[in-house]
Amino acid sequence: MTKVSAKNKQWLSGNEAIARGAWEAGVTVASGYPGTPSTEILENLCTYDDVYTEWAPNEKVALEVGLGASFAGARVLVTMKHVGLNVAADPLFTAAYTGVRGGIVIITADDPEMHSSQNEQDNRNYAFAAKLPMLEPSDPAEALEMLKEAFAISEEFDTPVLLRTTTRVAHVKGMVPTGKRKKGPVAVAIEKMPAKFVMLPGNARVRRRAIAERMARLSTYVESFSGNRVEKGDKKLGFITGGISYLYVKEAFPKASVLKIATTWPLPFNLIRDFAGQVDELIIVEELDPFLEIHIKAKGIACTGKEKIPAMGELNPFIIKKALGLESGEVFAPVDIPPRPPNLCPGCPHRGFFYSLAQLDVFISGDIGCYTLGFLPPLSAMDSCVCMGASIGVAHGMDKALGEQGKGKTVAVIGDSTFMHSGITGLINMVYNKSVSTVIILDNRITAMTGHQPNPASGNTLMGEPANTINLEELCRAIGVKHVRTVNPHDIKESKKVLQEEIERPETSVIIAQAPCILLPEERRRPKTPLAVALDKCTGCTSCLRLGCPAISWVPLTAAEAKKLGKKEKQKGYSRISLEMCNGCGQCLAVCKFKAIGKAEDNK
Amino acid sequence: MKPSGNILFCGVGGQGILLASEITAFALLASGLDAKKSEVHGMAQRGGSVVAHLRYGKKVYSPLIDPGQADFSVAFETMEAVRYLPFLHKGSKVIVNTHQIPPPIVATGKMVYPADLLAELTSRGITVYPLDGFSIAKGVGEVRTANLVLVGALSTFLPVTEEVFLDVLKKRIPKKLEENIAAFKEGRKITA
Repeated sequence: MTKVSAKNKQWLSGNEAIARGAWEAGVTVASGYPGTPSTEILENLCTYDDVYTEWAPNEKVALEVGLGASFAGARVLVTMKHVGLNVAADPLFTAAYTGVRGGIVIITADDPEMHSSQNEQDNRNYAFAAKLPMLEPSDPAEALEMLKEAFAISEEFDTPVLLRTTTRVAHVKGMVPTGKRKKGPVAVAIEKMPAKFVMLPGNARVRRRAIAERMARLSTYVESFSGNRVEKGDKKLGFITGGISYLYVKEAFPKASVLKIATTWPLPFNLIRDFAGQVDELIIVEELDPFLEIHIKAKGIACTGKEKIPAMGELNPFIIKKALGLESGEVFAPVDIPPRPPNLCPGCPHRGFFYSLAQLDVFISGDIGCYTLGFLPPLSAMDSCVCMGASIGVAHGMDKALGEQGKGKTVAVIGDSTFMHSGITGLINMVYNKSVSTVIILDNRITAMTGHQPNPASGNTLMGEPANTINLEELCRAIGVKHVRTVNPHDIKESKKVLQEEIERPETSVIIAQAPCILLPEERRRPKTPLAVALDKCTGCTSCLRLGCPAISWVPLTAAEAKKLGKKEKQKGYSRISLEMCNGCGQCLAVCKFKAIGKAEDNK
Repeated sequence: MKPSGNILFCGVGGQGILLASEITAFALLASGLDAKKSEVHGMAQRGGSVVAHLRYGKKVYSPLIDPGQADFSVAFETMEAVRYLPFLHKGSKVIVNTHQIPPPIVATGKMVYPADLLAELTSRGITVYPLDGFSIAKGVGEVRTANLVLVGALSTFLPVTEEVFLDVLKKRIPKKLEENIAAFKEGRKITA
């Protein structure tokens, strides 16, 4: 790595460093789908000049866009979270066959510990399975540098390259040396290369051999790759590690010998064998699967790995020391205090709809987004959640299995961005195969959970340009759904009526619950009319509390206090609305049978 | 003053925790130290419990503070100060905003907000500096400067001069600079 002066250093997160690295590497096209912990890469890259960036409707499309741009000669970045690579796996495996023209790097941002994910799959396995090289940085500075090297590898070896981060690389900030932008080496032009780009069996068989040759060349290349390095220390204990785990090992065992692996695939087996021969005990430290361990053991090299190091969740120096018997592990035990899970925001349009849904005797097949929080009490309005778009297939499958007894008993709940991502095909299947389920699209105009990225139903692009807004109602009708109704989810009475009618209907139906996310800038600017509880009218029935709105809280009363307030002694308390937090959405007003809730200015 | 240390910032999503940790990181970096910071995004926000780890020293490897290794904790909410107790050790210093935000289970009356929370810390040999960030912020004329009061209270324990901190504030605070500086100075008075 080149030495740079302090003024060429910036305080960047791993994701910001990757965006910077892509710009320096001469990337001109980038596509991805938002997903924690990958989202900020494209959000930052779109602020640089001379790079076209976009949010694709899903990761498969993003990777296909990336391939096309590479075929045209551009350097391309494609970004996604770990589960996104499952969606993109179809083009991924064949992209290994086609190879590239311009360099293409695919970022897979994994989430050990599942801070914001439905599983903690280890995407290093994809590199092995798809026969693609994978690099893994340990911190933001390495992320920038390695990304540039990844582009060089991509072009030199005619292959897409995977670069894997994890939450503690993507969302960690550190000092990062930065450089200048350089143009990619390939001319952008149409160059037809059918033997390479048309993967018919005859061509693919030839390319299959090209992959084997490429991997053999890469296996030699990684032996001298500068990112794979031995840090000599105490010879009794040697560690092989990479990614974030390398930093944990350095922190926990500053004097030990370490072989730091940057090329997760293919592995530098000669370097590994040499290192193993120099230390008395060899320990592999890696988060999640025994990926390095399995491949090292397969070469007949003795080492210790997952029999000591946990294979679940994140590691840290403490866990590693404890696993190796070098830490007593005695720290203060947690104190039993009320939990504080995330919650739907005050004024969130989803809340009203879940409130109505929870009162119906139905199986609620849910999906991925803010609205997955509808699962939490007091709403408790979600019965399944698997992956992006699954709500619709799951509802249909339940409907088919249940037959008569399932009529009017299954609904799917999906957000607008998730519906664009992979819900449409599920709905086509429902119509085609005559489902009687109801699909509810919670349309808040934005991809909210990951921090407000526009999608094809939002009306603008990542680069801030106005764009076509998909009309969801027309789209559903075009697919063949005969019963499509749009409701305002803040109108609880009307929503409930429409819900009941459509759920009972013995045909596929769609309800579009349409109201913008209250965190959208234009919604934040909208003047608010906060509500308040008239203390004299509140009977303490707790109906409003069942909305689970953060602005509404319970004030307990003793019998004496209740009496003093002129209430029945058995009234245990009353509701209070926080003036600062209330958005004036009016959902609580609708559920109060005692007309105790009104405008704050009237209910002083 | 120790030239290396670990600071835990904790509170509730939306309280300005990231800005506070960012200002502190810039001040440490401007003092010639290395630093790394780990944040949480996505599902962890939305009113949930939020934590950021900031480590500084001559050279920082791990971006995470190990259990029992936080020298300082800056808690934006009282209950959150106690939630991260396993990160603290005897002798840790905890700056606590005495503001209380009831989590949903308390707001709906299913549980009560625990009393005497700070005794959970002091009884274990942890030094606690409680402060009413909002009253102090109101006092300087801008209610949204409570996070700077907390940073100010933390600043006296760090190997960073007041001048360096003020310089960082001037560069990094886009609006209401005077009020933010006043809030920072009020915070310093509490621990000086």
